[in-house]
Amino acid sequence: MNKKYNFIVILGVFIFVYFAPFSQLEIPQPIIESLLMAQEYAREHVLLCLIPAFFIAGAIANFISQENVIKYFGAKTNKLISYSIASISGTILAVCSCTVLPLFAGIYKRGAGIGPATAFLYSGPAINILAIILTARILGFELGIVRAFGAIIFSVIIGLSMHFIFEKKGIKNQAEQNNITNFSAEKEERSLGKTILYFATMIGILIFANLGRDDSIEIWQLIYNFKWQITGILLIILSWMLIKWFKREELTQWRNSSLDFALQILPLLLGGVLVAGLLLGRPGSEGLIPKIWIEKLVGGNSLWSNLFASVVGALMYFATLTEIPILQGLLGAGMNKGPALALLLAGPALSLPNMLVIRSIIGTKKTLVFILLVIIMATFSGMLFGHLF
Amino acid sequence: MKIEILGTGCPKCKKLDELTKKAVQELGISVEIKKITDINKIIDYGVMITPALVVDGNVKVAGKIPGIEEIKKWIGE
Repeated sequence: MNKKYNFIVILGVFIFVYFAPFSQLEIPQPIIESLLMAQEYAREHVLLCLIPAFFIAGAIANFISQENVIKYFGAKTNKLISYSIASISGTILAVCSCTVLPLFAGIYKRGAGIGPATAFLYSGPAINILAIILTARILGFELGIVRAFGAIIFSVIIGLSMHFIFEKKGIKNQAEQNNITNFSAEKEERSLGKTILYFATMIGILIFANLGRDDSIEIWQLIYNFKWQITGILLIILSWMLIKWFKREELTQWRNSSLDFALQILPLLLGGVLVAGLLLGRPGSEGLIPKIWIEKLVGGNSLWSNLFASVVGALMYFATLTEIPILQGLLGAGMNKGPALALLLAGPALSLPNMLVIRSIIGTKKTLVFILLVIIMATFSGMLFGHLF
Repeated sequence: MKIEILGTGCPKCKKLDELTKKAVQELGISVEIKKITDINKIIDYGVMITPALVVDGNVKVAGKIPGIEEIKKWIGE
């Protein structure tokens, strides 16, 4: 079976990257950097962070009724609800990044209109749950949290701005604005309570397994010493929940979805890490691009550096999660935190190919305004963040 | 009978395409399977999440990949 083969290949590559003694090779430094960065990712992030994250994403994709969330995007929904849901539903709906564009088009044309649609368009890719988890882990908790909240808040601001600039006053075409049809009307297999519980357990496992040291806080130290015991207990609780609350078939589907995510994303992430390592080197070392250039372009927290980072982020295409190793390389090479945030806020939502598709849905003028709004917001939040932190 | 698969080309859409082809093959009938990637056309069906499977103009499923038995059932109707 094709998939089994892919899995074995990826497993093989992982084991190779994990164990190979790259630092002893006699090859040009940037290439060693690239391989060492991949090794670091394999050793430190894949097992404890990415794999649980893939399972969480698989659970979201399989067990959270996306249709239930979408019905909040209807034309008749209260505006406050549409915008709030639009800005955070990306965590649930954008698990597969390809669903963002069709969903955006749907909300725009048949649902709540350009406001909530652009809010979703912006926040969806930005608060993809895998991206947030990995950002917090690799780039730091601050950046992870600020990225998530920044995406949510700005998506509402951008959505509202688009609404005020473009929403035609007058009677909307009633025929188009029907409520969203629900196609796969399924009964929920588990109550909301149970769903919250097993998700909380999975997130707990993710957090405790990845707990870092913080010797300055006493309670933290205590918890840190027991992190593996706590993780173990949570795992046992999770297994019990899985056995009691899920059918065999559901567990298989869940496992398959998680595997699909892993197979889809790991190669891209590996590519991103290798390129980032090659061009920028690991934090503290040099890659192909001289540190001086990075420092000059985005080293400080000036308007120029933030603007530059925003524009580059907007144009560049980042495959899922690849913005993280690239940003890690840039930060290590001297990029300031401000422009880093700017890149994180402008990067995932936009790219040149992406802009063309958006243009085919909402037209050139609206697309340009949207892009401009994103760049302005990203630049200013970057400057603010760089200034405060 | 006309079968259409709505999707923008991501892995999930390709998977639905493969599964549908397999279902058709196993049923032994000859049916035209068309792939629709234009977002505007997809919206016209009322579908917001891809992938989606349409049989003779009726949307059978949207947003997730059904089991092959389900696909066969829909085709058989």
